[in-house]
Amino acid sequence: MENSIVNIIIVGTGGQGVILASEIICDIALECGFDTKKSEIHGMAQRGGMVSSHVRYGKQVSSPIMIKGTADILLSFELAEAARWIPYLKKEGRVVTSTQKIVPPIVSTGIAKYPEHVNDVLNEHSSNPIMVDALSIATELGNPRLVNTILLGIISNMLDLPEDSWRSVVSRRVPPKFKDLNMKAFDKGRLIS
Amino acid sequence: MKKVLSGNEAVALGVFESGVRFASAYPGTPSTEILENYARYDGVYAEWAPNEKVALEVAVGASMAGIRVLSTLKHVGLNVAADPFMTLAYTGVHGGFLLICADDPGMHSSQNEQDNRTYARFAQVPMFEPSDSQESRDMVAEAYAISEKYDTPSMLRMTTRVSHSKGIVEYNPQEPEKIPSKGFKRDKKKNVMIPAYARLRHPKVLQRVEGLTQYAETTALNRIEKGDTAIGIITSGISYQYVKEIMPHASVLKLGLTFPLSEKLIKQFADTVDRLFVVEELEPYLEDQIKAMGIKVEGKKYFSALDELSPDRIASGFKEAGVYDQELVVPIEQPIGTDMPRPPLMCAGCTHRGLFYAMNKLKGIVHGDIGCYTLSVLPPLESIDTTLCMGASISMAHGTAKAMEIMDEDNKPPVFAVIGDSTFFHSGITGLLDVVYNNSNVNVCILDNRTTAMTGAQQNPGTGKTLQMADTAVVDIEALVTALGCKRVREVDPFDLKGTIAILKEEAAFNGPSVIMTKKPCVQLLKGVPHELYAVEIETCIGCEMCQKLGCPAISQGDIIPSPNTKKIKRHSIIDPTLCTGCSLCEQVCKPGAINIVK
Repeated sequence: MENSIVNIIIVGTGGQGVILASEIICDIALECGFDTKKSEIHGMAQRGGMVSSHVRYGKQVSSPIMIKGTADILLSFELAEAARWIPYLKKEGRVVTSTQKIVPPIVSTGIAKYPEHVNDVLNEHSSNPIMVDALSIATELGNPRLVNTILLGIISNMLDLPEDSWRSVVSRRVPPKFKDLNMKAFDKGRLIS
Repeated sequence: MKKVLSGNEAVALGVFESGVRFASAYPGTPSTEILENYARYDGVYAEWAPNEKVALEVAVGASMAGIRVLSTLKHVGLNVAADPFMTLAYTGVHGGFLLICADDPGMHSSQNEQDNRTYARFAQVPMFEPSDSQESRDMVAEAYAISEKYDTPSMLRMTTRVSHSKGIVEYNPQEPEKIPSKGFKRDKKKNVMIPAYARLRHPKVLQRVEGLTQYAETTALNRIEKGDTAIGIITSGISYQYVKEIMPHASVLKLGLTFPLSEKLIKQFADTVDRLFVVEELEPYLEDQIKAMGIKVEGKKYFSALDELSPDRIASGFKEAGVYDQELVVPIEQPIGTDMPRPPLMCAGCTHRGLFYAMNKLKGIVHGDIGCYTLSVLPPLESIDTTLCMGASISMAHGTAKAMEIMDEDNKPPVFAVIGDSTFFHSGITGLLDVVYNNSNVNVCILDNRTTAMTGAQQNPGTGKTLQMADTAVVDIEALVTALGCKRVREVDPFDLKGTIAILKEEAAFNGPSVIMTKKPCVQLLKGVPHELYAVEIETCIGCEMCQKLGCPAISQGDIIPSPNTKKIKRHSIIDPTLCTGCSLCEQVCKPGAINIVK
């Protein structure tokens, strides 16, 4: 391929950190000399809606959004969202998802059902999907907000971006007093495969 | 220097670099962050005006005082500002004038997907259309230069995908251009648009377009990218990026200036290719004009006017046209049962919820407006019956009430208008003036949550702070409403359901205009403030689901309540302690008393 582009789709619900995670990957790509673009829709996300962010990098990136069926990595902050966005994944693409469930009220009022077979869906459409209880790991480390960095640690193993760049950009983008804790969370993530 | 910036951040940078020190706007997705970013630069003045018409007129006044100015708005905001905009095209400008308009193809956060390129043609003003963050920054300087050279407002059109996408922007950080003020220049024939003088200006508009058409022929913003001559594609904005991705070898005419068009340039391009296409989002704006030039071109036949475009849609469009030689990517089909809806909701602790819950008891006709409270149309509240545009709730309620009155209908339901503080200031005041002046039986609920919540908590005339966080006067809604002539003004506490229902009933029973206000701050402004927490006592909960009817994101269903009656399975409710803000509404609706304070 003359211009191979890496496509990452990051999904979740409002307020989970999807956008920060996508910005961090963009910054790393820029630091490594790639062209990079990202796009997301976040109009109503703050109010419990879903968020999806497309991150792309390569020698030259034109469109900020990828074609369905071309994502190298699908990174999800919420279990049902991982299954929802599976059509974006390419054939040999990888899935990483937090197993946290955020059940919308539309389910508790009986209008809709929370998908019960997410594990099967992910196993059927990708090889070796990583389903991790990132929220528990983050809570054990001392802060539920570390989910973001743990997930980034996991996908850092799957991308051809140097570890040093990951570390420097993540440290720069998190609140200074949480820098060490985030580095621990990143290490935790890197051990998960 | 290279930075990853959104289109909105980049365009704000370009404005700052162009020595612009004055901006006025009203927030609206996806344009809001332009002014928010611009306002943070040193030495600039930026303000939120009460609405887009005011903002544009403020910018006109500042331009007449001899300095460069900026106004920003979303596509429907230009409908509000269309009156000054259309005549500004006649008067022209003094200091350079840029209007940045952000369209929302696909209606991610809007009530329609109108194509505002039509406005540039309508007003006959130059329009710049960037396709990414770098161009968003770069085109600004050119837009100001053209505004000043041709004595015209310049328009720059973004779309959601340009505004909210991020890409690399390369620039040399430097002090902005220092442009001295030209001062106010008295020129009545230019600036006083009485018919006699406006007739002198209209020919100048036409002359200007002639000059701009020559500029369109030569500007580097319109460029031919030579490729395979079998196919030629004319495109602009974000569509250009999709075209480059899908058809990297085709010949492309990339238009950065989409009004006016240069017939000469387009003909020249058309002559070099065998088959000509236009790829554009929404209306056949370019296609129609190119066809009117007598050039054979295909466009909307393959790329529908509905929704935003995407690389997928470009690929399938060209496939259908028989010119895309690669296999289309066949994505995995949506697995069954994985498309659970996740509609946006009013937040846990939202100040609007109690009012809508109470209003549902009155079974009235409810005209809604634009803001977070529009979400009350969704289950389980389903409270509002209409939403049209900013400020329309009150005027529409007046029309409904009057129509029922003159037709002397029996059993008239009460008529409500529901509007937020910022929307009331934007264009609700004049509607209320009509309600009072022409005396209709309307109950106007002003949901004052002390911020412009929907677009992300911007300051407004009711908050006591300006965009740049200076302290300022706070409008007194009660005094304002009273001054308009409304004799009945009541305040309700939306967290007291009984009290709210009682007051709504009294006002519905009263024949004549009344205003009901809530004055609790948006829960998003209170983050981190200590609060009470509620929890469900499992043993007491009977699974009646009354609390579920509030549509609170903190309340969901838990385990099945053991019961000999197996026909109707009941589950007890649970409250998520990380989301509960202690608003107490669920406690008030819980008949068995299963919901209580735990902290």
